[in-house]
Formats: sequence, C-alpha cells, structure tokens
Amino acid sequence: MKTVEKRIRECVSNGKKAFVPYMMAGDGGLDTLHHKLIFLEKCGATAIEIGIPFSDPVADGEVIQQAGERALANGVSLRKVVEELSGIKGKVSVPLILMTYLNPILAFDMKLFIDRCLEIGIGGLIIPDLPLEEDGLLRERLEGTDIALIPLVSLTSSDDRIQDIAVKAEGFIYAVTVNGITGGRDHFGEEVVEHLKRVKAVSPLPVLAGFGISRPSQVEQLGECTDGVIVGSAIVDAFYRDDLESVRSLMNTSDGKFKIGIS
Amino acid sequence: MAIEMRRGRYGKFGGQYVPETLMTALIELEKAYEEAKADPAFAEELDYYLRDFVGRENPLYFAERLTAKIGGAKIFLKREDLNHTGAHKINNSLGQALLAIRMGKKKIFAETGAGQHGVATATACALFGLECVVFMGKEDIRRQELNVFRMELLGAKVVSVDKGSGTLKDAVNEALRYWVANVEDTHYILGSALGPHPFPEIVRDFQRVIGVETRRQIVEKEGRLPDAIVACIGGGSNAIGMFHPFVEDEAVALYGVEAAGSGIATGRHAAAIADGKEGVLHGSYMYVLQDEDGFIQEAHSISAGLDYPAVGPEHCHLHSIGRVTYSSVTDAEALEGLQILSRTEGIIPALESAHAIRFAVELAKDMRQDEIVVVCLSGRGDKDMQTVREALGGGVE
Ligand SMILES: Cc1ncc(COP(=O)(O)O)c(C=O)c1O
Repeated sequence: MKTVEKRIRECVSNGKKAFVPYMMAGDGGLDTLHHKLIFLEKCGATAIEIGIPFSDPVADGEVIQQAGERALANGVSLRKVVEELSGIKGKVSVPLILMTYLNPILAFDMKLFIDRCLEIGIGGLIIPDLPLEEDGLLRERLEGTDIALIPLVSLTSSDDRIQDIAVKAEGFIYAVTVNGITGGRDHFGEEVVEHLKRVKAVSPLPVLAGFGISRPSQVEQLGECTDGVIVGSAIVDAFYRDDLESVRSLMNTSDGKFKIGIS
Repeated sequence: MAIEMRRGRYGKFGGQYVPETLMTALIELEKAYEEAKADPAFAEELDYYLRDFVGRENPLYFAERLTAKIGGAKIFLKREDLNHTGAHKINNSLGQALLAIRMGKKKIFAETGAGQHGVATATACALFGLECVVFMGKEDIRRQELNVFRMELLGAKVVSVDKGSGTLKDAVNEALRYWVANVEDTHYILGSALGPHPFPEIVRDFQRVIGVETRRQIVEKEGRLPDAIVACIGGGSNAIGMFHPFVEDEAVALYGVEAAGSGIATGRHAAAIADGKEGVLHGSYMYVLQDEDGFIQEAHSISAGLDYPAVGPEHCHLHSIGRVTYSSVTDAEALEGLQILSRTEGIIPALESAHAIRFAVELAKDMRQDEIVVVCLSGRGDKDMQTVREALGGGVE
C-alpha cells in the first residue's frame, strides 16, 4: 500500500475524513511554497496537491488558470518546482502530490522526472490529460515505487470504465464532481451524490471528491459519501487574497462534524 | 521517449491525451463513426450534400499561363476554393454535422483560426438547424473580421478568446473546456486533422474526397498519376485529404508546406515539423513548438489558418517514415505566391493556399515539362484582402 493511501485510511479508520488542499506552485512566488506547505500541514491536510503551471491548462477552471498565469509570469516551471521541493525535503511530512499536465513531464524526460520525484519523496502524481488509455508507460515506470498514479473518474465515466480505472488505481480515486470546470453551488445535486456512491461501491481504494468544492457546506455534504475531499480554487483564491483564515475554516468545518486529519 | 502503439496511433503519434470527462464522448464518437462508415445511407447523404450544396466535384484545373510562365512541370490546381463557403473546410463540417445528427446531438461548437472552419461549421448548422457556438482567438477576430460577421449572419454565436496569444491554439483550449462542461448533449466539430482519436481519422476521411477526385481527374486528363502533389499544412486537413489516396503510390512525391512566418531562424513561425519537438497538445502526441520546459509556444504566420503550433499526428508519422517531404514558405514568399497566381490565372488564393502555390512554383521550375505537379488550392483569398492589402503597404505596384 502506498503512503498516500495509508494516510487516508488512517483518517478514515479514526472516524475522520481526508482533506487534500490544492495549491498552485509559484503563485505569489516560488519562495512562498515552503511556508504554504507547512501552513497547510498545520491546518491538518492529509496530503497536499501541488499544481504545476502550464501554458495550456485545458482541465482547469478560471481561478486556477489565473493562478497558473501568475506563476508562469514568475518564471515557474516543473523543473523549478522540483528544485524547490528538493530544498524543502524532510521539512513537510504529509505526502505531496504533484498535479501536472503531461507535456512538461515529457519535456523534462519521464525517467529523469521520476528519479527526481523519488529523491524528493513525492507521494503521488495526478496527470489530468493522461487517461487510462494512455497511462501504461508511466504506470510501468512507477511500479514498485511509493509514487501513486492517482486516476480521475468523472460523472461521464461509465460503470465499466469506473471499474477498469478502480482496478488499476493507486493512492486514491479522484472523483470529479462536476462536468464543468468551476463550481459555485451551495450543494451538489442528488446525481453527484449517487455518482460518488457508485464509485465508492466499486473502488477498493479510498475515494476523494474534488472540483467545484469551495464551501464548508459542500465539504460536509460530499465528505459524507466519500473518504474525503480535495479543495482547489477556494484555497488558491484564499492564498491569493492572503486570507489564511478562510483556508483554516474550510479545513475545519462547522461543529467538528467534518473532522479532518489523523490525530 | 517511446510511447506504446495502440489504436488511434500513427506510428508513435496520435493517441487520446484528454481529461477523463471527455473519454466517454470520444468512445461514443468513435462508435458512432464506425457505424456511420458501415452504413451506405450515410455516405449517400453526405454525397448528396457535397454535390448539390457544396458544388462538388470541383475542377482539377490546368494552370496553363502559370505553367508557361514558370517553364517547368505542368501545374494543376485542385479547386477547393470553388466550394461553397470558399475552402475545403466545408467537406469536414458537413460530414461531422451529419454524424452529430446521427448521434442525436443538436448542439454544435467549433474552434476557428482563419474563420473558414467557423464559417463552414456555421453554414452546416444553418443547413441542418443545429445550434452553433464558435470559439475564435481575439487576434484572429481582428484579422478576419468579415468571417466573424459571416458566422453571425449564419446564426452562430462567436465567442472571443483573449487568453494566451488569442489565436487558434487558445481557441482550441477554450473549446475543449467548453466540451468538458457540455459534453452530454454537444458535439465538437474539430476543424483539422488534429486532436484526440478519433478526430484525426474522421477529419481525414471527410477530406479524402479531395484526393479521391484528384486521382480520377488527373488520370482522365493526363492518363497517369502526377509526379508531385503539394498542399499547405496548418493542422493538416487539406493536405492529408489530398495525400491519403496517394500514400501507397511511391512514384508520387508528396510535399507538405508549413508556414515559416518571418523565417524559421527568427523563431516567429508556425513550422512544427521543421522546428518543433515531440510532445502532447490538445489530446495528441505530435511535433509541437515548445520551449525546454514543455510550455507550448505561440505560432506566427501571416495566414491565420496556418497559425497553429503543431501538426496533426498522421503528418508527423508520414514525416518520420519519410513518405512526405515537409518544407516551409515565409510570409513574404506566400505573398509572392498569391500575387503570381492572381496575375497569371485570375485566381486569388487564400493566404494558406498561397504557401502551397509558392512552393509548387519553385518545385515545378526544376522539373521537366512533361512532368505534372498538382497543388491543393485549399481556399480562396476573399477573406484575406484586408491582411494582404496591409502587408503590401496599401497597394499593388
Ligand atoms: C483555405 C485554408 N487552407 C488551409 C487551412 C489550414 O488548415 P488545414 O491544414 O487543416 O488544411 C485553412 C485553415 O483555416 C484554410 O482556411
């Protein structure tokens, strides 16, 4: 069992839920990465997803696109993030998950990239433009390492596909909760809840819901039918506004009903 | 790096590098397309519209005065410019619109660069009563103002994309995002032989009519196949449609012409085969203009339809096995090509097609008079008059 999965299972077995915040590396300067990671860890993150900026982020909503543009304007690239993370190694103990489009990895050189991830102790990879059909080579290269190749399933994935994805999944299953790329509703509809239950039913791995989750009410709602949530835009936006309080409150939602973290 | 071989691949190129949200739609599209291909009624219906609506077959025209002026091989022009809406793009838009109808989808969207594909798609949607949204880069909207107006007249909604360089690549990004959000009831009519499988194959098959007709026409006129065929390459749809029926004929030399913009050495160009590296963009493994971090670079060309930083996967494969020779022509050279054809034949080509004309002229010069060159004249120049006038400094000397 890979470390990411282990951490999530520890949460769940303690009657809690996993919370994975997403942040855009280099938004606000790459030198802030270190502090943000430590802050998120202190807030009780189960793992942290680090977004890598890309020139053509087709799977990202407006908020994250803009954060990515700011990071690009700061000269941030996959290479630079990897360098920065090498320097931070050992200072953050929650698993770090890199979310990057495929092309920067190809440009880096896949083998070299994996070697560097292993050195740093990266816990997982999420590659939004690498569906099941195309992930064979990377999967092979990650075999026997502690880097989980975390797949996405979407509302449009058929039951058969969900099954196929679940069988090969590592770490956890990232269940996308909207077809669109931005959220904004108070609560998700019944169809989303049904979908998450379906994914949960076939998945041997923990299932985390993500995309469009931006409010404590949603965190609670979706947390109930999954093993936890991933929150992106809301965290990115809060960091951008330097509003650490709302990051904290998102991660510790009302009445302790939705308890996160291990302890 | 090596990438595994599987369906939807051209050698190592192609594939389906898209978010999971789109995979079900791609699988559904592939299935619908396979069924349509096997159904003679589908081909019949498409043939009907290509004939009575588009005006096919269009001529393979012997450019006699151009040939005489150059003094080399005989030059023939495949007149895609005579199609309804003025370019080859309508072949694909009609085919895909009929496919969408078969799939029960009444909402269509598309990206466009020069606006030709947008106009063709808006036309097909008007013809069949489908809803139509077209994404177009802000810069392209400026360059191709009249085409925007045409699309709107045809009832389409044109969405301006101001992200990135505001050109075709950014319009495709926005189109893909729109698809993710509207995937259940909406079909994406992709305009070139690009994107994730099955698009490169579908677009090629709908454009194959160019090469199929050419083959029959040249044999009728000259009793044999041509010695060389030339086509311009944006994403590669007119070229692959022209080349594909000739790929097995080793004696027919095939030339693809990329846009060299201000010159390859200046870095301001759109020649992905000449100067790109292997990588992934818009769902496909191709040669892509990119920097060392894997960020996609902006393409530059006077011709909006060639202004794309990659080349469709089948062309990448044909390049890597050496079957097609890819070359490039600069903005200035294309303008020369446009003027030569206008003066000698009374045909004003699209700036895209002018790249092919200019290359063919140079090629024909060094060939014998009994040899034959066919050029795919992919579109007419009406849409480019503003750009050409500006580029020529307001007048023709
Ligand atoms: C007239 C014309 N020719 C060529 C192209 C380039 O596209 P492709 O390479 O797909 O044929 C375009 C694109 O808009 C066009 O309008």
